[in-house]
Amino acid sequence: MDFSYTDVQQMLQDSVQKFVQKSYDFDTRNTILNSEKGYSAENWQLFADLGWLAVPFSEEDGGLGGSAVDLMVIMEEFGKANLIEPYTAGAVLSGSLVAELATGDIKTMLVEGIIGGELLLASAFAEPGSRFNPGSVATSAAVDGDDVILNGIKVAVENGPNANKLLVSARESGDVRDPLGISVFVVDASTPGISMRSYQTVDGKMASEVTLADVKVPASNRLGEAGAALPAIEVATNRAIVAVSAEAVGALEVLLQKTVEYSKTRKQFGTPIGTFQALQHRMADMFIQCQLARSIVIMAAMTLDGDDSAEEKAKAVAAAKSRIGKAIKDVGQEAIQIHGGIAMTEELDVGHLFKRVTALDLAFGDGDYHTQRFAQL
Amino acid sequence: MNADFTAEELAFQEEVREFLRSEFPADLKAKVDASVRLDKEDMVRWQKILFEKGWAAPTWPVEHGGTSWSHTQRHIFATEMGLYGAPEPIPFGMKMVAPVIMAYGTEEQKQRFLPDILESNAWWCQGYSEPNAGSDLASLKTAAVRDGDEYVVNGSKTWNTLGQYADWIFCLVRTDNTVKKQEGISFLLIDMKTPGITLKPIVLLDGFPEVNEVFFDDVRVPAENLIGEENKGWTYAKVLLTHERTNIAGVPRGKRRLKSLKNIAAETDDGFGGKMIDNASFKQRLAEAEIELKALEYSELRTLAALSVGNAPGPESSILKIVGTELAQRMDEMFVELAGYNCLPFVPEQFEPGFTGEPIGPGNSASAALTYFNNRKLSIFGGSNEIQRNIISKAVLGL
Repeated sequence: MDFSYTDVQQMLQDSVQKFVQKSYDFDTRNTILNSEKGYSAENWQLFADLGWLAVPFSEEDGGLGGSAVDLMVIMEEFGKANLIEPYTAGAVLSGSLVAELATGDIKTMLVEGIIGGELLLASAFAEPGSRFNPGSVATSAAVDGDDVILNGIKVAVENGPNANKLLVSARESGDVRDPLGISVFVVDASTPGISMRSYQTVDGKMASEVTLADVKVPASNRLGEAGAALPAIEVATNRAIVAVSAEAVGALEVLLQKTVEYSKTRKQFGTPIGTFQALQHRMADMFIQCQLARSIVIMAAMTLDGDDSAEEKAKAVAAAKSRIGKAIKDVGQEAIQIHGGIAMTEELDVGHLFKRVTALDLAFGDGDYHTQRFAQL
Repeated sequence: MNADFTAEELAFQEEVREFLRSEFPADLKAKVDASVRLDKEDMVRWQKILFEKGWAAPTWPVEHGGTSWSHTQRHIFATEMGLYGAPEPIPFGMKMVAPVIMAYGTEEQKQRFLPDILESNAWWCQGYSEPNAGSDLASLKTAAVRDGDEYVVNGSKTWNTLGQYADWIFCLVRTDNTVKKQEGISFLLIDMKTPGITLKPIVLLDGFPEVNEVFFDDVRVPAENLIGEENKGWTYAKVLLTHERTNIAGVPRGKRRLKSLKNIAAETDDGFGGKMIDNASFKQRLAEAEIELKALEYSELRTLAALSVGNAPGPESSILKIVGTELAQRMDEMFVELAGYNCLPFVPEQFEPGFTGEPIGPGNSASAALTYFNNRKLSIFGGSNEIQRNIISKAVLGL
């Protein structure tokens, strides 16, 4: 048994750490947040140059191996920096979906585009009535000669405003929750019939509500077999869940660390508030939550990288997201409470980390959703 | 033992309901229901309607324009207001500074300040906390030095709520550095238009500058604005803090929000063909919240009954503050859970007066996360919940 990183993973961690420490402080993040695009295109190109955008892909697809543990290593560091660039949406989720489903030239084109940094993708799965279930798809795909016509509404499409192409889940047959009949199409963001309402999210990312009205795409833009995309969507989503969970682990760790530091310097009643036992115990509990969160994310990442059945993998991921949800609430809320009013302000990074982990709790289903999913699997 | 209202009290309850239905302006009701923030003009307009009715200040004595209501009537009034969604008066004038002026002010000060508070002609704000004096309020440093007929004030205050609207601020200032910290504090009323006062807005996590830092730079205040005796301000402030904690349980608002949770849950898809109201886990937490609210309500009624027979509010208000705020925060989490992805858009302007665009997401769902963030303040302000637990352990348990 050995939980240490390989030399390559260690190097990856060092390189991401170096980047965020040197080039991603709180002020820089605010500048990026308030920029026109809401992310830094230079950073994205840098991620490509450093090979980070190749990490989600296997070597045979032209990537650097594609292990979930590798993704965990990167995402934890991104979480510490409260990074805005859409790594999960653009590289992990969309990249894994392409790797799972696409074949031939279209696959080569998409994978090379993602790895090179010139292709920004967004995955459009969620719908007004689907809540967190990616298998609930009402958006329709009707074959029309050599084309397919898409109609429907997608919500919470992260990276939608900046994406060149969208990966849209749509139904070719069956009723709204039939596991069969769902396909994924690559759609140029500029295709007529696509309209977007774009917004910044509470944690500073860019997202859109996307309406598809008679959007015509060539049938050859379908990734994989008609109507058979749901298992691949689930595989890609599971990897994205490990990514956001690891991101949360990094963010929670920083929240804990900043809270402890603050309690040592903030004086009330003539003494640092960290000397009060009532607060010491609560910070000890925050530490326990962080440790359990880390443990369960490692478990999920290792399970995804292992030989277990698809069901066992799904169960491990549900367990992780469920447990992370609890840690997010406990650690996030305590970090604010122990800081007091100062953490309620936009001027301190603690509040921004709190907003980020709150959004991560919702991403791909909140803790409650995954507890129930775990119980059902 | 009984918790029933008398026939007279029931008649009064009906009178309040009828008044709210006919007099609470429809446009304000619409704003409240849509989670849109009420601006100064809205709040003053409503307060003046209450004034016309003679109901502006239920807690004041009749001689100053109060209502002569019993504690139970006041409770009924506050409950019906909360259930209907009609806002309570902004507390800083009505509930915070006015009782201090009544108890410790001169006749001249009463004549000068109380009528404008009653009629909502003057908006008050609070100058208590400082960057280094939060839970440990008595360590405050803003200094007032006597110079002839004036005090010269220097220093800064923080967490000043809605000071951008204010005409007056009541401040705790240090007038003696040589004695125990509680013994060198005075209570001073300051006109916000006085030269040397500047406000720096503090934007909170929901994007709204609800609070300010207030800087005092050689601000000259007439000595006649001192309340009571110099260096006795801490005693007066403690009275005020007790008033700040009454009605903090928020039972009526809790009931209204619980109903709202049920309504939203009945309309929210669970993603599997059902609605969230039938989701076993959500249902359980909804039930737990409702049960907690019952326990809180009866704790409040017991406190009320004790007040009615003349007992002073004691550490019970700490229980109400802790349980009320933590329950409100649990409900905030449930609103977020129901909203799901729909609470991700950060569009605070959608909930500001005058927004005419099309909202993102169904109903008020995009306000859920903003409220969740903002309401983390509930367990921090008004004496943090840690301070409340200290009060219980010291005052009740004798630890």
